Amino acid sequence: MGKFIRLKKGFNISLAGKATAKVVEADPAETVSIKPADFHGLYMPKVVVKEGDAVKAGSPLFHDKKFESIQFTSPVSGEVVEVKRGDKRKLIEVKILADRKNEYESFGRHSVSDIANLPVESIKDQLLKSGVWVNLVQRPFGTIADPTATPKAIHISAFDTGPLAPDYSVLFRGQDQFFQIGLDVLKRLTPGAVNLNVHTTSEVSTVFSQSKGVEVNKFSGKHPAGCVGVQIHHIDPINKGDVVWTIAPAGVIQIGKLFQTGTYDASRIVAVVGSEVKNPQYYKTVTGASIKKLVAGNVQGEHVRYISGNVLTGTQIAADGHLGFFDQQLTVIPEGDQYDFLGWIKPTTSKLSFSRAFGLLSFLSFGKERVLNTNTNGEHRAFVQTGVFEQVTPMDVLPTQLLKSILAEDIDEMEALGIYEVIEEDLALCEFVDVSKHNVQEILREGIELIRTS
Amino acid sequence: MKFLRNQLDKAKHHFEKGGKWEKYYYAFEAFDTFLFTPNTTTGSKGVQVRDAVDLKRMMMTVIIAMVPCLLFGMWNVGHQHFLAIGQAATDGAKFLIGLKQVVPVIIVSYGVGLGIEFIFSTLRRHPVNEGFLVTGMLIPLVMPPDIPLWQVALATAFAVVIGKEAFGGTGMNVVNVALTARAFLYFAYPSNISGEVWTYLGDGAQTVAGYSGATPLAISANAISTQASAVAELTSFGSGWAEGIYSFKSMFLGTMPGCIGETSTLMCLIGAAILVMTGVGSWKIILSTFGGAYAMGLLLNALGGNAFMQLPAHYHLVMGGLAFGAVFMATDPVTASQTETGKWIYGFMIGVFTVMIRVFNPAYPEGIMLAILLMNVFAPLIDYFVVSANKKRRMQRATV
Repeated sequence: MGKFIRLKKGFNISLAGKATAKVVEADPAETVSIKPADFHGLYMPKVVVKEGDAVKAGSPLFHDKKFESIQFTSPVSGEVVEVKRGDKRKLIEVKILADRKNEYESFGRHSVSDIANLPVESIKDQLLKSGVWVNLVQRPFGTIADPTATPKAIHISAFDTGPLAPDYSVLFRGQDQFFQIGLDVLKRLTPGAVNLNVHTTSEVSTVFSQSKGVEVNKFSGKHPAGCVGVQIHHIDPINKGDVVWTIAPAGVIQIGKLFQTGTYDASRIVAVVGSEVKNPQYYKTVTGASIKKLVAGNVQGEHVRYISGNVLTGTQIAADGHLGFFDQQLTVIPEGDQYDFLGWIKPTTSKLSFSRAFGLLSFLSFGKERVLNTNTNGEHRAFVQTGVFEQVTPMDVLPTQLLKSILAEDIDEMEALGIYEVIEEDLALCEFVDVSKHNVQEILREGIELIRTS
Repeated sequence: MKFLRNQLDKAKHHFEKGGKWEKYYYAFEAFDTFLFTPNTTTGSKGVQVRDAVDLKRMMMTVIIAMVPCLLFGMWNVGHQHFLAIGQAATDGAKFLIGLKQVVPVIIVSYGVGLGIEFIFSTLRRHPVNEGFLVTGMLIPLVMPPDIPLWQVALATAFAVVIGKEAFGGTGMNVVNVALTARAFLYFAYPSNISGEVWTYLGDGAQTVAGYSGATPLAISANAISTQASAVAELTSFGSGWAEGIYSFKSMFLGTMPGCIGETSTLMCLIGAAILVMTGVGSWKIILSTFGGAYAMGLLLNALGGNAFMQLPAHYHLVMGGLAFGAVFMATDPVTASQTETGKWIYGFMIGVFTVMIRVFNPAYPEGIMLAILLMNVFAPLIDYFVVSANKKRRMQRATV
C-alpha cells in the first residue's frame, strides 16, 4: 500500500493565462534543438554529427565522454543545420531542420510479456541507444542516471503544482497503454518500488489510476507538493550513499512507445500559457521544438519574456528559441524593466506576495489570477532571516542553514543538512519569496556541483 | 514623476563606474531606490518572477507598528510633565510638549545614524542598508524624554559603528543595534539614564508637593527593605499629586513615567498585532517572551521570600520595558534565533532573565535590555542545538 501524505507548507502562485483544456495540432516546428545545458552531470559532450548530415528520429547526435553509452538522439528526422558552440568550444546546442517525413530509427519491438523476461542489460541497452534514457534523472544531485547504478527506487510525480502547470489528464490522454508498458520497463531497473505519486484533490487521470504494479502514494497540499524531491523526502528519504531515479510521466510514455513500436517517438503536448498569450491552450509538438510556430500571432504585448518551463524553474528563451528537453510548458509574461515610483511602499493588490507586509494586499484576494512581470521588486541584500523559507519548504530541511553552508563551501555541513535531498525545483519557492532577492537555485546548484565534483 | 526619473537617469552616469562621482555610487543608489523601485529583472535561469516584498517594505512595516507607541509616548511625555509640576493641561498641550521633546531626539538619531551609514557605504562599497530605518526609530523610543541630544548622537554613533558596521552591516550584526545604543548610555552615562530621569520637568520648573520620580521597578525593589507589600506600595504611590499612577491599569495603559515609547503595554500590543498580522514579527518570540516572564513571576511567587518576589506575576508584564522589548527588540530578525524551535527557547529565556534580573539584581532595575542582549549572544548557540537535532534525525535515518 502506498502512503498518504498531507503537506501543509507551500504556496501556489496563481497567474493569468491558464490553458483551456483544448489540444491543437501545432504547425510542425521547422527546427528542433537538443541542449546539453538541460542535463546535469555531463562532463564533455562529443558531437558525432556534422552540419549537413541527415538524421532520423533516434539517430545519435552526441554523447558524453564520461558516459559513452548514453546517446542523445534526434527527436525528429531531418538535417543537422547547426552545431552551436560557445566559449572554449562548449557545446550549446545541436539544431535539426525537420523534414516532416517522420522517419524513425528502428530499435526493436517487444511484446508486453517479453519485457518481463528480457535481460536487464538489453533493456538498458535499448533505452540508452534510442536516447530515451536521458529522461531518467538520478538523485542525489539531479544528474542523468548512471547506467551502471542500481537505484533503490524509482519515483514518478503524476501531477504538477507549479504556476500555470499543465493538466496531466490533458497532456497524457489516451496514453494509458504506453504508460503502463513504460512502468513495466522501469520495474525491471530497480529491485525496489516504482512509486507513482498522485494528488488527492484533483481528478486523477485514468493514465495513472489504472496503473498496475506500482506503489501509488497520495499527496495533498500546495506547491511544491508536485516536486518529486519533496515527495521522495516523505516516502523514503535519500540518505548518503543512496541512489534513486526519478522520471516524468512524459518520459515513461516515451519508454513505453519505444518498447511497443521500436521507435523514439519524441512527440509531446505542450501547454502555451501566460498572461501575454492570446489563446492559452495545449499544442501537439515535439521535444525541443522551436517555439516560433507556437507563438506566431498568439502573443499580445510588445515587450514579453518567453520562458521554457514555468516561472519558478524555467529558462528564458528567445522568441525563436527552443523548448528545453524536459519542459512541457511555454510561459509568456511581460518583462518588468520599468521603474516604479515609490514602488517599495505603495499599497498594491496587483503584485503577488507571500508576505502580508504593509501595503501588500494580495493575500486579500488569494487565488486570484494575476499578471506578474519579471521585475525583481527590490534590490539584492544580505540574508535576513524572516522565517519565510521555512514556510514554503514542506520538508524537514533547514533551507537558510543549508544555503549558508553552501556559501561557506562547507561540504560536511551541506551533507549533514540534507543537500542530497534537494535540487533546484524543490527550493524554487524560497527564491521567489526571498526578501533579500538571492538566487537560491543558483546557489544550491553551486553547492551540488561542489559536492559532486569533490 | 517622469521629470524626476529623467533627472535621475541623467545624473546616474556620473555615479557609475568611470563617472566623476563614482565613489558615491551607493549613496546615489540609496536615494534612487528610495524614490523608484529599480528596473532590474530576474535572470534568464531560475525564478522569472519575484515576490513583491523587499527589505524596505518590511522595515517600513515595523516603523508603522511603532507609530502607536510613538504618538502615545509624545502625549505621555507632556502628561507626565504637567502631573509633575502640578498643572492641568489639555491633551493638545501635552502632545505639543512631547512633540517638542521627542522630535529633536528622532532627528538626531536618524541624522547621525544615516550619516554614518552613508559614510560606510561609500568607504566600504556596500549598499546602504534599510535596517537603520527601524533602528533610528527604536533608539528615540528607548530614551528618557530629557536625554541630552549629544548623548543620543554619541550612543547612535557607537551603536552603528561598533554594533553593526564593525560586523559588516545589516544582517551581520550579533547584537541588537538600538539596544547597543541604550546599553552604551547605561554604562557610559548612568546618571542620565537611570534613577529619576523619566519625567521631563522643564528648566527650573517647580515640582508639585510630594513629587517623586521613582519607577515601579525601583519601588518594588525598595519594598524588599521596607518589608511592605509591593502592590500596596505601587498603588499608594503618587497620592496627593498623581493618584493611582502605578496601578495595574495605569501601567497597562502606559500613563506613567518611563522611556519615551515604552511605557504603554497597550500600544506595544497594538504594535505586536500589526507585526504578527503582517507576518513581519515572529509571534513565537513575542508570545514566548511574555510567557517566560509570567512563568518566572509565578515561580518567584511560589518561592516567596521577599516583597518583590511576591509581586503578582502579571505585574511584571506591564512594568518597565518588557512589552516594548518583547515586541520590537527581541523580534529583530537578524539578532534573534533563526530556527523556528529556537525562537520559542530564545523568547522564553528573555522573559525569564528579565524577571530574574529585575528581582535579584539591585544594580540593574530594568532587566529586559540586558536579557535581550544576553540572548542575542546566545541565539547562535540555541540555533546550533536545533540544527544539530535536525542533522541527528538525518543521521539516524541513514543508519537504521
